[in-house]
Amino acid sequence: MSDKMRLEFDSKSSNESFARVTVASFVVRLDPTLEELSDIKTAVSEAVTNCVVHGYGNEEGKIIIECYIEENEITIMVEDYGVGIEDIEQAMEPLFTTKPTEDRAGMGFSFMGIFMDDLWVESERNKGTKVTMKKKIEKK
Amino acid sequence: MRNVIMLEGSKMLIRIGDDLDHHTVLELKDSIDEMVDKGVVRDIAFDFSTTGFMDSAGIGMIMGRYKKIAPLGGEITIVGMNPAIERIIRISGIHKIIRMELSK
Repeated sequence: MSDKMRLEFDSKSSNESFARVTVASFVVRLDPTLEELSDIKTAVSEAVTNCVVHGYGNEEGKIIIECYIEENEITIMVEDYGVGIEDIEQAMEPLFTTKPTEDRAGMGFSFMGIFMDDLWVESERNKGTKVTMKKKIEKK
Repeated sequence: MRNVIMLEGSKMLIRIGDDLDHHTVLELKDSIDEMVDKGVVRDIAFDFSTTGFMDSAGIGMIMGRYKKIAPLGGEITIVGMNPAIERIIRISGIHKIIRMELSK
């Protein structure tokens, strides 16, 4: 039996907390530890912030989050229809940022990779970007 | 809770609200920089006692303020972190350039 949910919301910085808190509420049924929950919130926050700042460059747009739970694993997909990423490998390098003057740490993808078990990034220029992340919640 | 900024001599104390993410960084950054750029601030302390969440936008904000005050001989201190926030700070590596005061 799998459990699914889908969210669609406007690309606005004020929705970053809405997105991570909603995904965290969905994961609660797996009885995660506080640390696992905090890992997921951080990863979602990084992915959504990337959509707002980079995908749509702080302009209008829609962000889609789809989550599903299979057994004790959560899969989270965060998607935008923005500018896309020119060079995914470079974007995923630690400390790389296209916006150094805006105090971006360049740690977004690194944090997604550290706090989740698996991370995939698909992107096409001017079509958008889709980040897929998976994490197993340890059985207590 | 909202962010609160206090000034004690040349030390700025910033009590961070519930979250420090990209959204709250946008709200906070300009008010900090306004006072730093006036030259009255040398040291900055961030108090996370009432904060539950921080992501890499918070790290970027702290790094950016460090770059501003370090050339003036200023220091950044972080106090009151919960375990989740302390973990983020250690993974980011910024604990090497700032002072962390561990609570209790």
